[in-house]
Amino acid sequence: MFEFSDSDWSASLIRLLLAGTFLFAWMSASTDAVEINIGYLRGTGPKPTLSLIQTPANNDGIAGARLAIDDNNTTGRFLNQQFSLEDFPLGGSADPVAVAIALAERGISLVITDLPADALLKAADAEAPRKLLLFNVGAIDDRLREGDCRANVIHVAPTRSMLADALAQYLVWKQWRRWLLVVGSHAEDKLYGDALRRSAKRFGARIVQEKVFEDTGGARRTDSGVVQIQRQLPVFTQGVPAYDVLVAADESEVFASYLPYRTWDPRPVAGSAGLVPTSWDGSHDQWGAVQLQDRFMKQFSRRMSARDLQAWTAVRMIGESSSRTRSSDPKVILDFLKGPDFALAAFKGQRLTLRDWNLQLRQPILLSDGRMIVSVSPQEGFLHQVSELDTLGIDRPESQCRLK
Amino acid sequence: MTAKTSPGRFLRRRSFHFAGTRNWLLAVGVFVLVGAQASAFTAYVSNEKSNTISVVDTDKFTVVKTIKVGQRPRGIELTKDGKFILVAVGDDDTIQVIDVRTHEIVATLPSGPDPELFTQDHAGKILYVANENDNTVTIIDLERRVPLGEVQVGVEPEGMGLSPDGKILVATSETSNMAHFIDTEMHRIVANVLVDARPRFAEFKRDASEVWVSAEIGGTVSIIDPVKHEVKKKITFDIPGLRKEAIQAVGISITRDGKTGFVALGPANRIAVINATTHEVQKYLLVGQRVWHMAFTPDEKYLLTTNGVSNDVSVIDIANLRVIKTIQVGELPWGIAISQQ
Repeated sequence: MFEFSDSDWSASLIRLLLAGTFLFAWMSASTDAVEINIGYLRGTGPKPTLSLIQTPANNDGIAGARLAIDDNNTTGRFLNQQFSLEDFPLGGSADPVAVAIALAERGISLVITDLPADALLKAADAEAPRKLLLFNVGAIDDRLREGDCRANVIHVAPTRSMLADALAQYLVWKQWRRWLLVVGSHAEDKLYGDALRRSAKRFGARIVQEKVFEDTGGARRTDSGVVQIQRQLPVFTQGVPAYDVLVAADESEVFASYLPYRTWDPRPVAGSAGLVPTSWDGSHDQWGAVQLQDRFMKQFSRRMSARDLQAWTAVRMIGESSSRTRSSDPKVILDFLKGPDFALAAFKGQRLTLRDWNLQLRQPILLSDGRMIVSVSPQEGFLHQVSELDTLGIDRPESQCRLK
Repeated sequence: MTAKTSPGRFLRRRSFHFAGTRNWLLAVGVFVLVGAQASAFTAYVSNEKSNTISVVDTDKFTVVKTIKVGQRPRGIELTKDGKFILVAVGDDDTIQVIDVRTHEIVATLPSGPDPELFTQDHAGKILYVANENDNTVTIIDLERRVPLGEVQVGVEPEGMGLSPDGKILVATSETSNMAHFIDTEMHRIVANVLVDARPRFAEFKRDASEVWVSAEIGGTVSIIDPVKHEVKKKITFDIPGLRKEAIQAVGISITRDGKTGFVALGPANRIAVINATTHEVQKYLLVGQRVWHMAFTPDEKYLLTTNGVSNDVSVIDIANLRVIKTIQVGELPWGIAISQQ
């Protein structure tokens, strides 16, 4: 049942704790609670969006972490564990290495990070006085789980390839196999375009034509409004081979949200607008999710975003492993999360587990139209020998990650 | 008589004594009237989506009546005197009380917000309700219909199991992954036992030697020693050809003699039959899709299961451990209770 090596002392300790009983008597009030302090390292300000209602809140992400701290503490009352969160907003020119060292000096070794890929790697590689265990809740770059994977970075956010696969499985199931792919001109748009191309090939969709939407600059909000857009978009999508669905890769929020209802041919839009793959949506209400949505709404007076959910999940992963192992040691926690006994319930209808080869959290992906959840991937019929969740994203045999 | 479902109106006019004896003569009369079908029991199935209860005759195994109730009916039980159906209607934040003879909603109970599962004490006087939205267990006086108190538990309480002597209530909390042992006299937690992810149901053996707690996301059943408060064994399920994630343990029923346990496995569409002495899985019975909960007929000849996705109830012949019948009910059936007469 257990796969830990016999020589590893701390693994033996976990085994002892796990194999034994899970009894923890009600602690008397006089006993000091074990403090588990979690850091939250986040980059500056959210990116602008085309749609006003999609502009992230200032506490996007960290609100989810705070809710999970409360949830952990409700459980912690019975186990004599007290969780807290310390926010470390990273200023524009601030050095992630310096902040990582500062965190370690404050005795914090479990850190939720919402940083771009390069800053995340710097923080992970910082020569800190104690080793940090980072939980990436923001960066969806596949390279962080592949060539640039790190043994001290757990990825809670899904990857671009997982999101693209989740969408592709549904489109193929729907028999919308002919795609018109429109990719933005920024680096991350191209990466998403790559992921969508890979998914199309993997699941048997065909890209009938590919177009680039050049970002020529300009404001996202203008007094003149949508008059020009209404004329430009039909022309932009005119004269292409027959297709079933327009798939847009626009992480930069330049054009995708302008596409629905404006294509030359009446076709649905998916990808960065229309039907969007995401780890969470404020409308998700299956598998008891209403309870989490209600708790979040009550506390923050807004709907829960994907980033909020990812941060909630990360803090719950810490809560779950420290309640099972009775430890806040990052090594013990990492070993538990990688092991066969970790299973997180996160309102997705099945257990979430960790891919031990690159520390990516396995998770179903929701497909949202902005108002409702249309479907949840993996789709029925996409089979896998280990877990159907591994039909989403880069799988073990293809992985370039070699954790040290 | 046409059912007019206005609980307030009935509350003003009539008073009900759940455990009282005033109505026993009437009850006997009704029993004589339906005496022709004396061998048949009645099963009540809550349909989460259609906001109804399907009334099933367990002799003919057919739906004989459909009762309209509040929004999102899930947990369902009969009062100990068999006169009323109690159904938790979560989206209406209450538990409705339905007269089994008239099928009318005659009262509502102050259950606290979003009630899902509940259990009664053995005298039928006290109701324990899990309130998922505010991490509490609410204790209600059934006769006076007033709350007696509440106990703070872990995140999202759900399963409720009462010990045979009524002294200990086990409440499971879905996000804390714990079984809380609550002293029913003191209204105080005496122990917390960690189980696998998303525990949903707790059931004591009749001899109080064990309490079984199912974990939906973990896919296991923990057998807990209720004296030592220790998990003494964990039942796992391995069904060839079925992915691990689809095996989600939910409802539990154990025979009166404590020899056989049945565990509903949700989207695995199966009931696991367990030797309750050795805790080995004996057999898997294929039922409808996404099986939630179960109830025995009082003679323990049959076990009826609610199958959420396929909108039906499967009937298991206990002696032969075979599924003998499927009954179409309302949309997304969830809970089930069977009358003792």
